[in-house]
Amino acid sequence: MSNGNGKDPMNREATETASGSRTLFDKIWQAHTVESTATDADAGGTASTLSLLGIDLHLVHEVTSPQAFAELDRRGLRVRRPDRTLATMDHSTPTRPEVDRARLRIIDAEAEAQLARLERHCAEHDVPLIPLGDPRQGIVHVMGPELGLTQPGMTIVCGDSHTSTHGAFGALAFGIGTSEVGHVLATQCLLQRRPKTLEVAIRGGLPTGVTAKDLILATIAQIGVAGGTGSVIEYTGQAIRDLDMEGRMSVCNMSIEAGARAGLISPDEKTFQYLEGRPYAPRDAAWPEAVATWRALATDPGAAFDRRVEVDARDLEPMITWGTHPGMALPITATVPRREELSPDQLGAAEKAWAYMDLEPGQKLIGQSVDVVFIGSCTNARLSDLEAAARVLEGKHVAAGLTMLVVPGSQQVKREAEARGLDTIFRAAGAEWREAGCSMCLGMNGDRLAPGQLAVSTTNRNFEGRQGPGSRTMLASPLTAAATAVAGRISDPREVL
Amino acid sequence: MTTPRFTRIESSMLPLLREDIDTDQIIPASYLKTTERTGLGQGLFARWREDPAFVLHQPAYQGAGVLLAGRNFGCGSSREHAVWALADHGFRAVISTAFADIFQSNAGKNGLLTITVAPDIHGRLAEAVDADPAARVGIDLETTTLTLPDGDTTNFPVDPFVRTCLLEGVDPLGYLLQRLPDIEAWEQDHPARLDTRQPHDGSFGEPTS
Ligand code: SF4
Repeated sequence: MSNGNGKDPMNREATETASGSRTLFDKIWQAHTVESTATDADAGGTASTLSLLGIDLHLVHEVTSPQAFAELDRRGLRVRRPDRTLATMDHSTPTRPEVDRARLRIIDAEAEAQLARLERHCAEHDVPLIPLGDPRQGIVHVMGPELGLTQPGMTIVCGDSHTSTHGAFGALAFGIGTSEVGHVLATQCLLQRRPKTLEVAIRGGLPTGVTAKDLILATIAQIGVAGGTGSVIEYTGQAIRDLDMEGRMSVCNMSIEAGARAGLISPDEKTFQYLEGRPYAPRDAAWPEAVATWRALATDPGAAFDRRVEVDARDLEPMITWGTHPGMALPITATVPRREELSPDQLGAAEKAWAYMDLEPGQKLIGQSVDVVFIGSCTNARLSDLEAAARVLEGKHVAAGLTMLVVPGSQQVKREAEARGLDTIFRAAGAEWREAGCSMCLGMNGDRLAPGQLAVSTTNRNFEGRQGPGSRTMLASPLTAAATAVAGRISDPREVL
Repeated sequence: MTTPRFTRIESSMLPLLREDIDTDQIIPASYLKTTERTGLGQGLFARWREDPAFVLHQPAYQGAGVLLAGRNFGCGSSREHAVWALADHGFRAVISTAFADIFQSNAGKNGLLTITVAPDIHGRLAEAVDADPAARVGIDLETTTLTLPDGDTTNFPVDPFVRTCLLEGVDPLGYLLQRLPDIEAWEQDHPARLDTRQPHDGSFGEPTS
């Protein structure tokens, strides 16, 4: 290995090892390691190696990229591999059909400036951009898979923590900060500490009315919001195999909510079927060749993980959060935890959550009245999510006084939903049907809750004020959200299915 | 952006002992429309700051360069704005028993030191600042020593790469650029399966519907 001039802060050493059974993670990591150091320690003092990792695909959005492009410009650098980079707009984009760019300039000049800035950077650096108004535009983590950009065995990064979503395809996909966005733009590689591997083994299958979202909420409640810190999770077991690709994406999406760097699922026939024929998927002779390579990526039988936890799917119920982080989730039939049900180290956070959420310890979750239902986000705004919600809403009406917003994850999802008449069902039920984007998931584009309002959302974060200052969020599946919208109160979807 | 450096500081602490403080609390989304990395200190803990009793307003803690935070600090989003906001406000280091991964990685690139300590040390620091808001800690990155207000010292872990970068002003991007020949060689052996500019159905640039 060549050594740079002067002192080498990376302390590189040849440490190639490859033998025996390997996990999917091991295979991807090894294949993308340009070089790595001798084992030293990460920032928390855990033994690890530092690797220079090649990046196959870099997704870019308007919020976390301007400072990175500016840094390249300041140094006179070019985007090194525009052919491995793709940008889109999703976070600060309007979802009201009547708001075009000219209108946006008037109602939200800062957001318009951010979009214009991305357009300029992409044009100057030859980076392909899927702009607002393009029929392929959508939330970056919905768009990538549906275009077939996300493929097994890849390394995928984006300046966005929910990049973990793409792990559903057996790609090592993780969120990075803006400095690292600049590193990838300029070099197409990253320095990364090798994470630990954590197997989350799901026992049994999911009962009726219990979805991928409920499974991941239950997993986070079990292992904790820091349970995956420093690790890449691979989800295994029958329930995972049984999920369709969209459900697998919902699971991997929320890996970051358990603190994990990434979530992974070994690719299988469902993965290949999903990808076949998509715009960026290999074609013709390249297709069988790609599938053969992808098939070999799955974790080998007997491969060792650093840690393993089991989650039992068999008696899971629909889940809903009651507090202010995604780990504060409970079966929908449960009651808000009482003081005596909590350990001393949970108590401080619970006190704050009871007060913020304005919920009483011991209070039943079912029946709690709700102001807004939001169906959207990179967790649950794909076609199957909208279909699930529509199934509950069909022929019914949203409760008086409750507002319901349905925001498809991408323009493609929107078109497919409309082709199936789902928009008609939502509209007839009194819900609003919007253009694609992040919308009320983070409330950056003006779609947000009023202070004090309580929402049941299909999103991924129930942090204080996430959906607007003073907003209160309860996370749930599209089925639970739709059942709640009809009743105006938190409702068990199993009763209306 | 000049390469941030860090050698040694001595400072009082601002205690914010809640656990799982997420990046939406550190810097709410409404501040993310900026295209700059400066000035974000105004939005630091913006929602909590609406409360006049919030610790950041208390005169006793003015000028504190070290944030003493609860476990799992910086969880949530990848927004580097959280680190920029803390640094812009004047924090040089955050001490906690555990940090979220992306936050920690972002901090190191901006000269904001994240110091992971054992719960007993954390408890002693919390007690010290509770007894006396002016209690000072010393942080020496060269020797990786944390000096407690009572004069006791303890070592803290730090990523050796980050340490070298901060002590010697090594610029991580500059370092990566030096590695380009190795990266190019790797890419030769690992050709990409797709070109983002050219989907196989030829749809780029021309709307598909
Ligand atoms: S939908 Fe929400 S979580 Fe997903 S990328 Fe957008 S803001 Fe982030």
